Amino acid sequence: MTTETTDNTENTVNIIKLTAAEIAAEIAAGELTAVQVTEAHLARIEAVDEKVHAFLHVDREGALAQARAVDEKVERGEKLGPLAGVPLALKDIFTTEGVPTTVGSKILEGWIPPYDATLVKKLKAADVVILGKTNMDEFAMGSSTENSAYGPTGNPWDLTRIPGGSGGGSSASLAAYEAPLAIGTDTGGSIRQPAAVTGTVGVKPTYGGVSRFGMVAFSSSLDQGGPCARTVLDAALLHEAIAGHDPLDSTSIDAPVPPVVEAARNGSVRGMRVGVVKQFRGEGYQAGVVQRFDESVELLKSLGAEVVELDCPTFDLALSAYYLIAPSECSSNLARFDAMRYGLRVGDDGTHSAEEVTALTREAGFGPEVKRRIMLGTYALSSGYYDAYYGSAQKVRTLITREFEAAFEKVDVIVSPTTPTTAFPIGERADDPMAMYLADLCTIPTNLAGNAAMSLPCGLAPEDGLPVGLQIIAPAMKDDRLYKVGAAVEAAFVEKWGHPLLEEAPSL
Amino acid sequence: MTATTTPELLSYEDALATYDPVMGLEVHVELGTKTKMFCGCSTELKQDANSQTCPTCLGLPGALPVVNETGVESAVKIGLALNCSIAEWCRFARKNYFYPDMPKNFQTSQYDEPIAFDGYLDVQLEDGEVFRVEIERAHMEEDTGKSTHVGGATGRIHGAQHSLLDYNRAGIPLIEIVTKPIVGAGERAPEVAKAYVAELREVIRALGVSEARMEQGQMRCDVNLSLMPKGSEKFGTRSETKNVNSLRSVERAARFEIQRHAAVLSSGGSIVQETRHFHEDEGTTTSGRVKEEAEDYRYFPEPDLVPVAPPREWVEQLRAGLPELPLAQRNRLIAEWGISAHDMQSIRNAGAIAPIVATIEAGADAASARKWWMGELARSANEQGVDLAALPITPVQVARVSELVAKGDLNDKLARQVIDGVLKGEGTPDEVVDKRGLKVVSDEGALSAAVDEAIAGNAGIVAKIQSGKVAAAGALVGAVMKATRGQADAARVKELILEKLGVSEG
Amino acid sequence: MPGITREEVAHLARLARLELKPEELDHFAGQLDDIIGAVARVSEVADQDVPPTSHPLPLTNVMRADEVRPSLTPEQALSGAPAQEQQRFKVPQILGEE
Ligand SMILES: [Mg+2]
Ligand SMILES: [Zn+2]
Repeated sequence: MTTETTDNTENTVNIIKLTAAEIAAEIAAGELTAVQVTEAHLARIEAVDEKVHAFLHVDREGALAQARAVDEKVERGEKLGPLAGVPLALKDIFTTEGVPTTVGSKILEGWIPPYDATLVKKLKAADVVILGKTNMDEFAMGSSTENSAYGPTGNPWDLTRIPGGSGGGSSASLAAYEAPLAIGTDTGGSIRQPAAVTGTVGVKPTYGGVSRFGMVAFSSSLDQGGPCARTVLDAALLHEAIAGHDPLDSTSIDAPVPPVVEAARNGSVRGMRVGVVKQFRGEGYQAGVVQRFDESVELLKSLGAEVVELDCPTFDLALSAYYLIAPSECSSNLARFDAMRYGLRVGDDGTHSAEEVTALTREAGFGPEVKRRIMLGTYALSSGYYDAYYGSAQKVRTLITREFEAAFEKVDVIVSPTTPTTAFPIGERADDPMAMYLADLCTIPTNLAGNAAMSLPCGLAPEDGLPVGLQIIAPAMKDDRLYKVGAAVEAAFVEKWGHPLLEEAPSL
Repeated sequence: MTATTTPELLSYEDALATYDPVMGLEVHVELGTKTKMFCGCSTELKQDANSQTCPTCLGLPGALPVVNETGVESAVKIGLALNCSIAEWCRFARKNYFYPDMPKNFQTSQYDEPIAFDGYLDVQLEDGEVFRVEIERAHMEEDTGKSTHVGGATGRIHGAQHSLLDYNRAGIPLIEIVTKPIVGAGERAPEVAKAYVAELREVIRALGVSEARMEQGQMRCDVNLSLMPKGSEKFGTRSETKNVNSLRSVERAARFEIQRHAAVLSSGGSIVQETRHFHEDEGTTTSGRVKEEAEDYRYFPEPDLVPVAPPREWVEQLRAGLPELPLAQRNRLIAEWGISAHDMQSIRNAGAIAPIVATIEAGADAASARKWWMGELARSANEQGVDLAALPITPVQVARVSELVAKGDLNDKLARQVIDGVLKGEGTPDEVVDKRGLKVVSDEGALSAAVDEAIAGNAGIVAKIQSGKVAAAGALVGAVMKATRGQADAARVKELILEKLGVSEG
Repeated sequence: MPGITREEVAHLARLARLELKPEELDHFAGQLDDIIGAVARVSEVADQDVPPTSHPLPLTNVMRADEVRPSLTPEQALSGAPAQEQQRFKVPQILGEE
């Protein structure tokens, strides 16, 4: 018995094009109700998600209930938070009490968690309206969302192309105007790479900046949840809402959240030193990507930044170290999916032992990329190989961290392309893991070192007309610098283009 | 119905004539913390299955661990009491293997960075000799859940149709204490094993970190044993006998394995490195599952936890706050009480040290505290098959009985009746005295009359006494005690008899 | 670098409790070999005297007080169980140790 949502198509179109900051302001001012906003987005999802497939689960009733609660607060004249009533698409990697959580895997099909992730609790406390759960590569392993057990997501710029991964559902939901905000997680680039290929903004906060409690673990020492949005300011508002210390996460930083919103409102690069790492270009980089990146560097100079060339030789080993560390941790993190306590159970017909049922279930419930990484990690940790692989990978980690530290002695932020190429066609790299892994070439060093990084649009590649992402990297706990620089770059580009880049996307 | 054949054994004497045993003991102690090691679930195990679990200890997707600081404190205390070095910096590691009672399919444990290492424990054997057992390490880890096997005849896994899992115990803090190889104990090796576990249990209890009740699984022991030919220094292949859960079993398991290994080796065979199970009823061990392939636990540092770096000042504070340890206490008490090492060993074996010390603290003198706990109360505990500590009488009550005796209000016989009353739940010693009307007759007039009566009625005995056989007075004392229903002070009765007969003692 | 054989893949699959199909063993053997061959580059730093980094945060001693927090109800705990009996998780017979 939902009210008619398409009564005012023009109004709906207007609403879904609003930024989160604008929506929150209009709701607070009584110009719009949260229910109107939620219904507009639910209608958009209904209209386009069959094509995009950004969502695995839409929680229509839950979202409307949250929206009504916000409207009641408005009626009572209560003070609202800066994102009250704003809809959000949540990556299906965060546990939601009473709402299915699959992590894009068959092994958790139908699982309904009995608890909320800390991030979900924070979103609810901020009166953000959670529309549903978004598609992702199974267990966040992938760069294209093709590894989802529930089918791929299309890139709203070209539905035959990948929306990035693992958080392709979240990035696509933004680019398709199904939600103004989304949550992603970034283990090797899964927030930034999808943002880059969909022309949206994504931030990987400093490791420990956002609680991991209730975020299904892929690689514990690398995973980090973070904000996805269409504008730098929206990302900052969301960042502030989800960040902060959590006593339930031992690896959560017990310090004030960097002033990201203030930074986003005061974008500037004047007098800043911006580093360009020579390892972030060369073979494998698409010409149009390099071109847009070089133009971005020129733009930064024109805005008053000083550009410094940097040499970080160990960055060349980052991808290798990552593909030892992340699989090792995942082989252990995913051991709990054993068909005993929750999730899928296969082969329990009275003829198989518990051990056999576990093995049959994992065989049936995990997709090929997950199995590949579990075996890779099992290999890397096994006796006899540990020192050569896991041990060396950790040394690489130390060296990369040192190179970042040395670099940040010389510069305030580092910039690079976010990805070596624009969105590739669905299926192109599906059974070529090494080719797929290259998508995270520029994003991985940051995960290994634990510092912060952002991707934001810097134009379309001339050869294919697809979005190119600019990556900005800051030292740990200096997340605010991302927003200060990002806001300045974004403003300059929008002025140059005459509109946000996403306006150039074909309509769905 | 265990379908295992007892392997051939060599006589213990023959075994020890040819071989030197090498032992390693691994003891797991469940800490008595309020909450689990990595989550806030209570450890107070209710019968209500799966009522003390949360996302963390159930291993739900997304859940994370946070270290219990009291668990770390207990580990440091144990390490200090075992004369260990305390790590400046250490980490948890994941031990990866699949087992349905382990929710994450890895145990959060410590691997190459234990919190405590390189210590020793001096243990005292029955004859008082002290043997030093070197400690390799003590580390923190978590317990598993509990499985019940349904459908099999014996309730064991074998033949079961399915199993039921209760995770209330999953995540309870454990400290695993591992010895270095124990060499040089020779024929006393089984005795050393038992004495080590006994001493360790007393240390754990003295620290107050666990009740260490073996029968409740709060303390569990694995006995690793190998033999090497006499004169050799090269260790043989070891067997690991798991979950040996009483002091007596520790000794028997070690002894059995010595005889079994010796039989295998002396007939030219070789020992298989394997897990073995101890059978309480027969005192034997049998082979566990022969693993298809070697376990590979793929340890790596637990990425969900940060390192533990016990600050030095804190460690020193804990060291300063350690209680007197059991062996030192025993040596002190031997001196203070003026008893032999052998007597102390009896007191210790009876579990009477703590009750006696508490009774003395409550005001009794050492001799009478010992007398009551090692006499009347030990007998009573023995009859009921319970620990002294489980008797329904407190050291304060025993001290009160002792006080009443000292004041002359009770004699020994009456005191025993008072204790009997307390044990039967009739109330405090004073209440029992009142209710049962137990009081020494101290009325000189009544006592004098009873003595006169006894003298008048026992002319023969009187004559003996007067002829110099003072010892015969005992019979008259007995008559008076009988007449007063035991409520007279026997010493005073004897005095009166001798006084009235004009005989002096000795 | 080591060629990953079909047998090694089978061993890894047993350790990881994956009942791989025969064709998967071959497929993964080739892929794992490629990947490991590529990532083995990390051993270039093996002889460098640098400490390993297992974690990006320099934190130590993050602990909680030994205070009881509410548990899930047994119903919540068992809500995802594929099978249950007597308020316990019901699982097929566990092999292994008797
Ligand atoms: Mg252990
Ligand atoms: Zn718990």
